[in-house]
Amino acid sequence: MLAFNLIGLCILVACFALDRRKTVRSVRRGLTMFWRIVPEMSVVLILISISLAFLTPAQLRQWLSADTPAHFAAALVVGSIALIPGFIAFPLAGVLLKNGASVTLVAGFLTTLLMVGVVTLPMEVRYFGWRTALSRNGLSFVGAVAIALAMGRVL
Amino acid sequence: MKVDRKNVASLVATGVFLLFCAWGVWLAHKDFARRAAGGYLGFLTEMLCVLPMMFLLIGVFDVWVPRDVVERHVGEKAGPIAVLWMILLAMLQAGPLYGAFPVAAALSKKGCAARYVFIYLGAFSVMKLPMLGFEITFLGWRFSLVRLLFTLPVFITIGYIMGRSRTCVVH
Repeated sequence: MLAFNLIGLCILVACFALDRRKTVRSVRRGLTMFWRIVPEMSVVLILISISLAFLTPAQLRQWLSADTPAHFAAALVVGSIALIPGFIAFPLAGVLLKNGASVTLVAGFLTTLLMVGVVTLPMEVRYFGWRTALSRNGLSFVGAVAIALAMGRVL
Repeated sequence: MKVDRKNVASLVATGVFLLFCAWGVWLAHKDFARRAAGGYLGFLTEMLCVLPMMFLLIGVFDVWVPRDVVERHVGEKAGPIAVLWMILLAMLQAGPLYGAFPVAAALSKKGCAARYVFIYLGAFSVMKLPMLGFEITFLGWRFSLVRLLFTLPVFITIGYIMGRSRTCVVH
């Protein structure tokens, strides 16, 4: 995160040294785009935090512990809807694996978590429209299931 | 005007949520409200750490990079090597997936082919370097490597399917 900001800052300074007017124009354009999406993003963040307040890690552990098709389906649904940041999701997945959860289930949970985002749909729709956003998420869901099943075979 | 009304509604929703959290945390002592408020503040910090710089760089890209450069390398006529460019670009970034949507939109506006835009989104969602480091720490090399091997062809295929079936619409 820090590295990203530092590199970005270097690029901005270099651009500023090359052409001051052009860089001011870019900064103004970037900030305008940023301010326009802040309110909507705030609503998405609220949806995410409310869903996370319902789903505590302990509860998730309980749901994803057994290895039945129903639990696999639960893992896929939770993974698709929720947006759990990496620093919670990966340790949780590690614990699940260590406690004997199947690779298919954990991989299904992680891949849907990463590739499918139901709560962030409003943002996606804003940029791409409903049709594109829904088909991207639908295809990603199918892909995530395939990845999970394949990983269960191999590992 | 329509956008403005939507923004007002979003801000009102945020206000109601914050009031609810304040009530829940200080007056009713609800654990649920405390978790929701904590989550919201955490996500807000995460967003404010990455997104402003992301948008500044989008602005730089928008103003400085000529359209024909984008078209030549990742446009409709560009070859499969463009897939590699998109994956590299995605891997070097950080932050949540919703931060990648505006980048994808900016790329598309500059003439990047739809299939490569979706490959960028796919790569961003599953193989950012900061995220991979985290995954390897907690799940091990084997898990990460196998996941990448299976995920790579899947999101590239999704990109080609999306690029073929419709033009990438950007609002």
